[in-house]
Amino acid sequence: MTALLEVKNLQVRVEDREILHGLSLTVNPGEVHAIMGPNGSGKSTLSHVIAGKPGYEVTGGEILFKGEDLLEMSPDERAAKGVFLAFQYPVEIPGVATMNFLRSALNAQRKARGESEFSTPDFLKKVREVAKSLSIPQDMLKRGVNVGFSGGEKKRNEILQMALFEPSLCILDEMDSGLDIDALRIAADGVNALRSPDRAMVVITHYQRLLNYIVPDFVHVMSRGKVVKSGGKELALELEESGYAQFEDAA
Amino acid sequence: MPAVQETVDRVRRIDVDQYRYGFETVIESEKAPKGLSEDTVRFISAKKNEPAWMLEWRLEAYRRWLTMTEPTWARVDYPKIDYQDLYYYSAPKPKKQLSSIDEIDPEILKTYEKLGIPLREVAVLEGVVTKPVSDDGEEGAAAPRSKIAVDAVFDSVSVATTFQKELKQAGVIFMPISEAIREHPELVQKYLGSVVPTSDNYFATLNSAVFSDGSFVYVPPGVRCPMELSTYFRINERNTGQFERTLIIADKGSYVSYLEGCTAPQRDENQLHAAVVELVTHDDAEIKYSTVQNWYPGNSEGVGGIYNFVTKRGDCRGKNSKISWTQVETGSAITWKYPSCILRGDNSRGEFYSIAISNGFQQVDSGTKMIHLGKNTTSRIISKGIAAGKSQNTYRGLVTAHRKATGARNYTACDSLLIGDKCGAHTVPYVEAKNSSATFEHEATTSKISEDVLFYCIQRGLSQEEAVGLVVNGFVKDVLQQLPMEFAVEAQKLISISLEGSVG
Ligand SMILES: Nc1ncnc2c1ncn2[C@@H]1O[C@H](COP(=O)(O)OP(=O)(O)OP(=O)(O)O)[C@@H](O)[C@H]1O
Ligand SMILES: [Mg+2]
Repeated sequence: MTALLEVKNLQVRVEDREILHGLSLTVNPGEVHAIMGPNGSGKSTLSHVIAGKPGYEVTGGEILFKGEDLLEMSPDERAAKGVFLAFQYPVEIPGVATMNFLRSALNAQRKARGESEFSTPDFLKKVREVAKSLSIPQDMLKRGVNVGFSGGEKKRNEILQMALFEPSLCILDEMDSGLDIDALRIAADGVNALRSPDRAMVVITHYQRLLNYIVPDFVHVMSRGKVVKSGGKELALELEESGYAQFEDAA
Repeated sequence: MPAVQETVDRVRRIDVDQYRYGFETVIESEKAPKGLSEDTVRFISAKKNEPAWMLEWRLEAYRRWLTMTEPTWARVDYPKIDYQDLYYYSAPKPKKQLSSIDEIDPEILKTYEKLGIPLREVAVLEGVVTKPVSDDGEEGAAAPRSKIAVDAVFDSVSVATTFQKELKQAGVIFMPISEAIREHPELVQKYLGSVVPTSDNYFATLNSAVFSDGSFVYVPPGVRCPMELSTYFRINERNTGQFERTLIIADKGSYVSYLEGCTAPQRDENQLHAAVVELVTHDDAEIKYSTVQNWYPGNSEGVGGIYNFVTKRGDCRGKNSKISWTQVETGSAITWKYPSCILRGDNSRGEFYSIAISNGFQQVDSGTKMIHLGKNTTSRIISKGIAAGKSQNTYRGLVTAHRKATGARNYTACDSLLIGDKCGAHTVPYVEAKNSSATFEHEATTSKISEDVLFYCIQRGLSQEEAVGLVVNGFVKDVLQQLPMEFAVEAQKLISISLEGSVG
């Protein structure tokens, strides 16, 4: 079986400062991986580099996605191939109605994959279904993308897109931050509904609480730009007890 | 920052040569000899079978023009124009008198088709022409699409006019101005030059002397024009100065919406375009004038492209009247254009909604003037400037309230968006209140297109170009909304096309 995502000895610089110092991670289809680690340890950086955000210089290592060299692909190509990143800080796009944005993006991905575009009625039907399952009111979809959305609404909008695009790799960067207890459960249910044998999730979080809802197969601890420990879901509980201090030395 | 650098690099690689509508139609045309003299003016007037008063009017303008000098205050820079090296008149040679669209040169029709303006289809698709309009249009759920009448100006002569019958029924006059001069001399004489006098400015005066053709619209009292009126302009003949003249009069209590759209074939020599548009609204009347402008902007080195020096002015002559300008400016090498409103009637209202996009080496100096003369007059200015490539984009606006304009109110919002760091956006507002009861509000912002926003879109599968198009269309949404439906869709496409190549 080819791994879905293989990060090998990845070294990344931002503005002449090395942030990731030889990070490795293998994610197989169907698996859920949690990444935890102190602030500034490089979790978001890793997610950005996988998604292809400009501004990062990869100075060593490689990333394979379904066996292909991911770093050779443009970010929109990666999206079309099934890489999805739910951002830690989703941006606002004034004047662009959410519905319009969703349709443009979905159809762009489909076009890139050589699939036919969704017709308006089919698309609307699909969005309504997904929105309903995530308790997202219709009129939110008429507003500008994330414009004036509460923190929780923004996160839910990320999950909505994930559900709509049906990616094979979902990277969720702190999807639990800013969510109240109920919203967290709804969002987690949305994520769980997407779990499938050919889809994998990488869940970045600071809190083990999220992992009660989205139960991971593996937990990795990142510190200072590296994975310093990997284990099963019990590792998260351990961290909750003892904090990151032990790993700070290890890194 | 490296992230920003990437976009900047891409912008640097702009290829405006991709200009979509850069093709030329091969048709025979009839030209005036090169250069400008009294003889040229007489030639044009004779070509149009004009009455003596019209020739006199032109000649007077020509003599005045000789005494004037080209203005230099705008933030635009171009080599000196040799006015003797231009042609001032060119017309497609008509094989015979045209009585219907079918008789138009197929070459010309083809050009329109390439532009996505199939004239034949305009008639079929846009109008329910087989049926005369019922008084209340009650036709069940399937509402007929709005209708557009097209007065096609090919080079300098109007070659086709559709929907004439229906307009006639409503009493609306919509015809080439050359025809109006012959058929409705009393109206033309009364209004021509009454908003933009022949002495107004260098380019307007030039236009007055040599204008070739354009549209004439008269909407009688109490009539709501049954369809949107539209003119598509094309500049086609090499080295031909294009001097359109448009005159629209909305009589008491009437309403008309007029659409102007243009695009031009690619060429090397700069082409001078100096149009004049005059609008007059009487008591309780309203004119909505929308423009989508997409002339050849020059190639990636900044060579060629249209010089667009336009004088557009509306006179809210009657009380409670309203004039609204909406423009989407994407083309031209140089744009010098300030659609203005003279708010003469009490309670009259002027509006200016503008999207001005510059890319490559384009230079745009555009804005508006709101001249408050009557009591309780109001005006609103929403300007969205987008600069990419090495372009310069200037908003220049004047808002004045005269002594008697008590209670005058203006709201101005100017937003500029920069794509890359080789371009410039400038805002030059002039505000002048001669009475203390005037309230003028002005807001201005300048921002750079955000890398994070672009990346968000791209992560969701949009290409860099689509992402820029989407973000820009969001930025200009307030103005796009002012356009009639069909035009808004067209304009949205155009905005994306015109930013093509601004990002790799
Ligand atoms: N564009 C940038 N310029 C300079 N430094 C950066 C940039 N992006 C990230 N860094 C630095 O890289 C390090 C890792 O940042 P990153 O955002 O990946 O951390 P994180 O693990 O996601 O932290 P948090 O838990 O707070 O979200 C930090 O020290 C950060 O300051
Ligand atoms: Mg982070």
